[in-house]
Amino acid sequence: MATATDDTTLTEGLTAFIEEWKDRPGNLIMILHKVQEEYGYVPRAIAFEVARILDVPLAKIYGVVTFYHFFKLEKPGDHNLQVCMGTACYLKGAADLITELETLLGIGVGGTTPDGKFSIEAVRCVGCCGLAPVMVVGEEVYGKLTTDKLPEVLAKYNNG
Amino acid sequence: MAMVNIKINGHDLQVEAGTTILDAAKACQVKIPTLCYHPDLEPWAACGLCVVKVENSPKMVRACATAVVEGQNYITHDPELMEVRKTVVELMQSNHPNECLTCARNGSCEFQTLAEEFGIREEPFCPELKELPRDESTPSIVLDPRKCINCGRCVQVCQQLQDVWALEFINRGYETVIQPAGGALLNESPCIKCGQCSAHCPVGAIYERDDTDRFLDAVRDETKHVAVQVAPATRVAIGEAFGLEPGEIKTGEMYAALRMLGADAIFDTNFAADLTIMEEGSELVARLTDDNHGPLPQITSCCPAWTDYMEKYYPDMIPHFSTAKSPMMMQGAVTKTYYAEKVNVERKDVFSVAIMPCTAKKYEISRDDNMHASGYPDMDLVLTTRELARLIKRAGIDFLNLKPQQADSPIGAYSGAGTIFGVTGGVMEAAIRTAHVLVTGDELKDVNVSAVRGMDGVRMGEVAVGEKKLKVAVAHGMANVRQIMDEVREAREAGKEPPYHFIEVMACKGGCIGGGGQPYFTDESVRAKRVAGIYTDDEKSTVRCSHQNPEIKKIYEDYLGEPMSHKSHELLHTTYQPRPLYQK
Repeated sequence: MATATDDTTLTEGLTAFIEEWKDRPGNLIMILHKVQEEYGYVPRAIAFEVARILDVPLAKIYGVVTFYHFFKLEKPGDHNLQVCMGTACYLKGAADLITELETLLGIGVGGTTPDGKFSIEAVRCVGCCGLAPVMVVGEEVYGKLTTDKLPEVLAKYNNG
Repeated sequence: MAMVNIKINGHDLQVEAGTTILDAAKACQVKIPTLCYHPDLEPWAACGLCVVKVENSPKMVRACATAVVEGQNYITHDPELMEVRKTVVELMQSNHPNECLTCARNGSCEFQTLAEEFGIREEPFCPELKELPRDESTPSIVLDPRKCINCGRCVQVCQQLQDVWALEFINRGYETVIQPAGGALLNESPCIKCGQCSAHCPVGAIYERDDTDRFLDAVRDETKHVAVQVAPATRVAIGEAFGLEPGEIKTGEMYAALRMLGADAIFDTNFAADLTIMEEGSELVARLTDDNHGPLPQITSCCPAWTDYMEKYYPDMIPHFSTAKSPMMMQGAVTKTYYAEKVNVERKDVFSVAIMPCTAKKYEISRDDNMHASGYPDMDLVLTTRELARLIKRAGIDFLNLKPQQADSPIGAYSGAGTIFGVTGGVMEAAIRTAHVLVTGDELKDVNVSAVRGMDGVRMGEVAVGEKKLKVAVAHGMANVRQIMDEVREAREAGKEPPYHFIEVMACKGGCIGGGGQPYFTDESVRAKRVAGIYTDDEKSTVRCSHQNPEIKKIYEDYLGEPMSHKSHELLHTTYQPRPLYQK
């Protein structure tokens, strides 16, 4: 999914969304979801803007953003490699997948490669335990994954 | 009022509907232990220490947040409950550094007291500590997240009582830390340094920066002439640190203790409070009578936490702020000029110290260049009431048996109007006592201006000053200020007459007597007793109005000329600037 490249200005989509939700109850969480959809994470400058527009303290926004694991405060790579660490995937060797990705990319979980291409994220059950262990990249789901298949998967995105 | 019949440990009791089990138990001489609960705050049942049993129910409920129900029998203590509570303490202990000896709260820590009362002698759970850096970015308070037990009192204080929102729970579960948003340090955040977080923290996770050694260094330095001033609100609270009831007036004993500690001159901030009234009262009269003197309402500016808040949250109100400095800063400025000249000491050799009920005062002394009116820092050091109490104990001074002494001339005498600066409504009342004379030429028949007294968070009233009805408003507790500021803003934007002529704001509940640097365990009843002490000090004063203080008359005759003079402006007035909520 394409994300906004300028992390300091509100996108048109976000502006329209905030306008729509501004006076509705429960707006903050909805707007933060939209922010993450637009930018891939919650950029600091955008959090300040949302605070200003909604007249909500920045502390409240950070309280919400840091409470839910869903929200990210760091910009993820162009391709965020989400390795499922749910029970089934864990038992089927998800931890090995993560170790292998760390070796291949030279970064840890939560990190992003210097070229901004990849980031690794450990996530909880993605809901397809029959395919364990599972890795999700964007909208693509890689099931029954093994460490030796990982270079091939990465190459696909490296060239793309 | 509907009443409810209940039992506490089998004893019949009738209480008002809506009473919590915790409060009901107090009526039965039973103390249910608490930790996250504080009477100033909404109970939110975080810690689980106050669990009690409801007879014939399998569940334990939290007494702080559960209202009594007709007919129920509550068991507050039995061996099982005592064991459950002990486990709660032990679990918290496993995440809390065992550093009592070096902790700022050693001897006043609520967690330490619980561990003592529960007979904790071991650490049954493997300790797991968070290694997080201390935030020492402000001159006022220190935040030590390692010691935080996540009770959330400071967050509630900062958000609900003070409407500042500098502190928030960041992350969740075991990772939770209490800190400003966006990785900001306290001095980069909206923090106004009021220190209410430190006054409410049950442990040593937020505390005042300790500057007591700097005081000792100054008195040890023979080239320094150490001049100390004591703030109005400190005199009715310091006794608490020595086991006295709140509200006992210990002015003369404080002077004596400070002389024993090595101070060369003892002054009283109350003198400068009188000076403030001369300047601020004259400024008010000028604004009332001449449009060129700045807009109405005039808003008080004595409280540094409030000025910081206004610069951050209400920069559009800057023209309304009285340009008069706070009494502490005025006292500092005249100590290093008028007084230094009188005693023939060079300005650079004067070391001026203030004993304050307030942590924000530590910040105020370096807030901008106006605080160097003498050519040097007008104030060198601020100690809170808590720090002074520690110094007195450390110096082996038997505070309770001291003979009261007098302050030094020529800037030590004060009127009753000066002393009431320490309570909400006091600056307003003191100003009215003098403004009445400035406007009408006549003294007030009754100097007690009861219309502006009281403990309601927001109070409005009309006070007759000659022909004129002065419309006034008083707010204390920062969260109460929004209502009044919004009214002023709306009237201004609509082009209407301002709703008030004069507004007094103090950041802390009850005013300075409830300041963030006052002795621990402050609640509504403690505040009420300190307030009563202040009004007693006022009533006992032979001079009740600032303009009648002989030393005030003398400083204008000898040095300043008249209120709002060029000299006054140079030394006693300041400016304000808009500041961002976050620095980066």
